[in-house]
Formats: sequence, C-alpha cells, structure tokens
Amino acid sequence: MEEVKLFGHPASPFSCRVEIALKLKGVHYDFIAEDPSNKSPQLLQYNPVHKKIPVLLHNGKPIAESLVILEYIDEVWKTNPILPQNPHEKAKARFWANYVEEKCLPALFKTFWSVGEQYDKDKAEAGEVLKFLEDELQGKKFFGGDSIGLVDIVANFMAFWFRTIQEALGLDVLTKDNFPKLWEWAENYVNCSDINQFLPPKDKLIAIFPPPYMGQHLVAFFQSRLAAAAAAK
Amino acid sequence: MAKEDVLLLDFWVSPFCSRVKIALAEKGVAYQQRGEDIFGGKSELLLKSNPIYQKVPVLLHDGKPMCESTNIVHYIDETWPSPPLLPASAYDRARARFWADFIDKKLFDAGGNIWKTKGEDQAAAKKELIQILKYLEGGLGDKDYFGGDSFGFVDIIAIPLTTWFFAYEKFGNFNVEEECPKFAAWTKRCLGRESVAKTLPDPQQVLEFVSMMRKMHGIE
Repeated sequence: MEEVKLFGHPASPFSCRVEIALKLKGVHYDFIAEDPSNKSPQLLQYNPVHKKIPVLLHNGKPIAESLVILEYIDEVWKTNPILPQNPHEKAKARFWANYVEEKCLPALFKTFWSVGEQYDKDKAEAGEVLKFLEDELQGKKFFGGDSIGLVDIVANFMAFWFRTIQEALGLDVLTKDNFPKLWEWAENYVNCSDINQFLPPKDKLIAIFPPPYMGQHLVAFFQSRLAAAAAAK
Repeated sequence: MAKEDVLLLDFWVSPFCSRVKIALAEKGVAYQQRGEDIFGGKSELLLKSNPIYQKVPVLLHDGKPMCESTNIVHYIDETWPSPPLLPASAYDRARARFWADFIDKKLFDAGGNIWKTKGEDQAAAKKELIQILKYLEGGLGDKDYFGGDSFGFVDIIAIPLTTWFFAYEKFGNFNVEEECPKFAAWTKRCLGRESVAKTLPDPQQVLEFVSMMRKMHGIE
C-alpha cells in the first residue's frame, strides 16, 4: 500500500499545484494543513533547507519545491502525463514553467504594491512579461495543448490567485481586452473540475491575503487598497 | 552524429555555458561552438533563438534552440542517455533536481553580492555564501559526488560556479577551503575529471574579468 502525504496550505497556489497533479493521476493522499506562522516539527524535518510547503511525502521519503514535486509525480504515476515524452518538447515545457515561476509571478505580484506612476510602470513591465505567454497560447486551449500540462499547473496563480486579488483591488493588469488568449485560458482553467475543487473560495483568499509573514506594513497597505477599491465601486 | 548538428552559443567566462560543455563532453557528443560578444553586440542567431532572455548558453540541436543551462543539461541527458547524468530512481532524481534548483536560486547571486558590495553588505553576502555551501555539504554527505559514486547532474550544475570563488575570496577576503573543507575537497575531486579540467576557465582569468566588471559597475 502506497503512503502519500502532502504538507500544504488550502490557500497556497504552490501546494494547490501538487494537489492538481495528484488528482490528474488519480493518486490518493492525506493532506496535512500547515500554519505558516507555526510550522510543524515534521515540516522542518522534511524541508530543513527552505522550511516551506509544499512537501510531498511518498512512503516516508520527502520531496520539496513544487516544480521538483511535479516532475517526481509525473515520473512515478504514469496516468495522464503532464510532461511531453519528446526531449525537445519537454525542454520547452520546462522553459515555460520556469518562465512563469521566475518572471511572471514576481512581475504580477509587484503590481499589488504600487500606486500612481509606479503602478503604471509595474503594469507595463508585467504586460511585457505576459505578452510572451499570450503568444505561446496561440492556437492552443492550454499551454499543454488540448489538455492540462506542467506549464498550466505552474501558472495556476495567474488564472485564479492573481485575477481574484486584481479584481478586489480594482486593477487592470491582466484583462480580457489586453490579453484575450490568456483570459480565455484562465476561464477554461478555473472551470476544470480537476482544478476548481482545489481553489479556495474568493472571499476567503482575500481575507487571508497577504500572509502575515510578508510583513505587517504590507498587510496594512493591502487593507487600505482594498478599502479604497471598494469605495470607488 | 555529424558535428554540425549540435551548436552551442557560448561566452568563455559563463559558468552556465560551462555546464553545457561539461555535459556534452561527458556524453562524448561532438559539437560546434560560437563565442558571443556579450558586451559588443549579440548575434542575430542568439536574439532569434532566445528572444525572452537574450542570454547564453543556447544549444541548437538540428536547428532547434534550447535555453537555460539546467534545462539544457536535462535535455542532453535525455537525448544522449549514456552515461546517465541523473540517478536511476525517481526519488534520487527528485533530490538531484532539488539541489540543482537550490544552486540555481542561490549560489551565483550570493557570490555576485560579494564582489558587487562593500562593508556590511559584503559581510552579509559572505555569510550567506558560506551558509549555502554548508547546505550543499549536507547534501553531499559522505559521498564522493552529489549523486553517489559517480560524477553527475548536480556536480555539473555546481562545479563551474566554483571558478568564480577565487574572485569572491579576493574581494571578500575569506577562504572557502577554511570555511567549508568538504566542499573544497569535492571541488578538487571534480577538477580532476577531464571533462571539467578541459572546460573550465582559469580562475585567475575569471578574477580579471570580475575586476573589469567591478570597474564597469563603479565599485572600487
């Protein structure tokens, strides 16, 4: 009997990625919800270097870092592959997954924290980054083609987390008008039953964002922006 | 395989390019190499092959470009399976990818913070580099190489970055061997390997390059 455990958080896009992959593969697992402000001794034991979720525990052996976990899951459970077989196609998928993680995530995230001229600058920079993804989606429903693949799973924060917070703040970084393909991709994505069961309720996400470990000044700033956006409606 | 099927766009001092060269050497793959003029003007082929980052290394195999060094080393291992660079078991492969990811996220930037700064900032950067190397020593354990008895994936990802350590030591006024003897021993072991010794630039030349970069950045 295989034992699979996932140390994660119900509102984290990073642990959500792992849940999506396990669901696609039909793998049964126990979910252990971690409190980031009070990490369990097991988490610290299984991920001493980064001390973060998600950590996958397979038959007692820990794997950390969501992209590493996704590749591991794909190698161990062969149903519904999330990476292509062809080495060149695989290299392209890994490239885009890293691009989404290293470039898109920070660029999009930055737009939550700026106002006025700085916001316009950050929005433009995010737009430059998103443009490459918009082009990559031409002629495809998902980054993986007809079905969800590695890049789609990694880009989950864009489809749901970013758009939810963007809407609450009244921002216009990623819209149907400026990125029609990405918008359509995001709509298809969040309506997938293999995915939407792992998405936290919108109001819950807004209520707990940003996590306190990011700093009280950011929490306060976010609250004030939320209030301003609500008043503007 | 005919030599012209594999082309590497390269820059001599780049540890990321060295990773690709070592991997190709380990696999015995013949390839062509083209040096890019990073400061003078990047080639059309580079800009076309890597429009997003516009960086080396780029590996072109039958004209198809691959970017990002760790990604390229993965590709080389999958395309030319012998001898394997990644371990056999899925769990050990995950461990290898974990360490490669850790090295990619932390090591070069920490080193950069040493030669780019002074005073307190530099002291903090040195502390960070030593901590990173200590984590890597933990990953190495009592093994000769990160994957065990054989030189492999993580060793290839890490070893080229050590050519820059001489420069970090000079500008940061510290000694890696004193702080992390196990890491230093692993470095010497890898440097004894032909693919590594023939590929890596002389640390003295890297130091001269970093000195030039410091002047360019106005740090003296």
